[in-house]
Amino acid sequence: MKQKSIAVVGAAETTKMGRIPDLSVIGLHADAALNAMKDAGLKPSDIDGVATAGASPAELAHYLGITPTYADGTSVGGCSFMLHVRHAAAAINEGLCKTVLITHGESGRSRVGGGGRFGGGGSSLNGQFEMPYGPSGPPTMFTIPVLRYLKTYNLSVEDLAWVSVIQREWAAKNPRASFRDPITVDDVLNSPMIAWPFRMLMCCLVTDGGGALILTSADRAKDFPQKPVYVLGTGESVETQMVSQMEDFTSSKAFRVSGKKAFDEAGIKHGDVDHLMIYDAFAHLPLYGLEDLGFCKPGEAAAFIKERNTAIGGKLPLNTNGGGLSYMHSGMYGMYALQESVRQMRGIAPAQVPGAKISVCHGVGGMFAASGTIIFSNEKV
Amino acid sequence: MPQRMLPEPTPETRHFWEGCAAGELRLQRCAHCGGKSYFPPRPFCPGCGSRDVETYKASGKGVLWSYVINMRPRPDMGTEPYAIAVVQLAEGPRMMTNIVGCPQTPEALQLDMPLRVSFAKQSDTISLPLFEPA
Repeated sequence: MKQKSIAVVGAAETTKMGRIPDLSVIGLHADAALNAMKDAGLKPSDIDGVATAGASPAELAHYLGITPTYADGTSVGGCSFMLHVRHAAAAINEGLCKTVLITHGESGRSRVGGGGRFGGGGSSLNGQFEMPYGPSGPPTMFTIPVLRYLKTYNLSVEDLAWVSVIQREWAAKNPRASFRDPITVDDVLNSPMIAWPFRMLMCCLVTDGGGALILTSADRAKDFPQKPVYVLGTGESVETQMVSQMEDFTSSKAFRVSGKKAFDEAGIKHGDVDHLMIYDAFAHLPLYGLEDLGFCKPGEAAAFIKERNTAIGGKLPLNTNGGGLSYMHSGMYGMYALQESVRQMRGIAPAQVPGAKISVCHGVGGMFAASGTIIFSNEKV
Repeated sequence: MPQRMLPEPTPETRHFWEGCAAGELRLQRCAHCGGKSYFPPRPFCPGCGSRDVETYKASGKGVLWSYVINMRPRPDMGTEPYAIAVVQLAEGPRMMTNIVGCPQTPEALQLDMPLRVSFAKQSDTISLPLFEPA
């Protein structure tokens, strides 16, 4: 990092220290955060970057009412916070954000409000205010906002089904795709009901797999054997760990913030985009993604897909590997979306988009909890 | 059937769960920045960061905002499909819940239908705030 380029402007510990049976883990994070903000003369709305370990940055940000453009959940043990400072320096110097809040809280003695089972322990916010009502995993959580989306825009379940049908057409061109046989809207609508209104063919696969990326400086990249794929713009945000607390059930705030940041950084317009990946754990994700990234107006993504704009030969090829719905999904699919963007930029994808120069790769974390957007180019700026 | 997954109150949420056990839906609002209600409970306002907040008894009224019907019930929830719903409370916040007192079908569960809170006792300390057609 550049010398003397950032400084600590607020610092505080929790109000009490030692034995604090009246605060949970997230409460300790918040108490320290409020004290540090007071020390610095800042409000939560002045903070645009969060970093923490132990708690999720999404949990922290939403709890404090912060909408960040930078979130760091690096969690490597006791020195995590030194790493957070280092990342924050890089982030601020790079313009990802201006003011980073780094927090720590642990109820090591009193053991209030930690926990580890799916959805958090019984005393976590998810454990108290979502899990008692019977969610049994992503198919019954990620899908909850969708009936409101469909009603708001006067759409039907059939509109969702088209997402699966057209992505299967892409998968058919990919020899590594798990599912390659063509499907129809009727096939989707007759597949087993998982969680109304979601049927099996609207849900992602469950598979095994992995992936990795190696990055280096653009100056060095030209000396490597592969055609360099440059990072043109980046974005990130988090909203809430609780899907029930999304601000808008028809749109993801994390998507909007992350996407705008990436487009602003890249200095491109939507018409410049040749290829698009949107993490599709379920069939509604591409609809939210197309709208929240600004490719379509609210409520118009389903028609955009049905009219074959994202299909083979369309003007905005989307999820060209077949996506999580047909290609593969091992749990953290974002790596596979990135791999497909890189293949497209190298010009070696099984369903290659001819002449593609700019690829947008948009990911989701949790149930609309988090988002990251990377814009690639294969031309040196 | 295994014991239903239940909330474990923390110091910051105990007033909410004590309210449910007493048959009251308790929300919080900021006394500093305009009285906006918020949920889930926390001892400060997520809008402005003020710790000057108050807890009050909410009306218990709302409308059905969105839901799914889980066709593969979690073992602690029985064997029949059930709706996992989000209710839009009259006071502004939304919360996850189950809808009781009506069939768990798309036909019976219409978005924006009026609902009112109904407390389902689970133990000596925990009653869950569920909602039924108003």
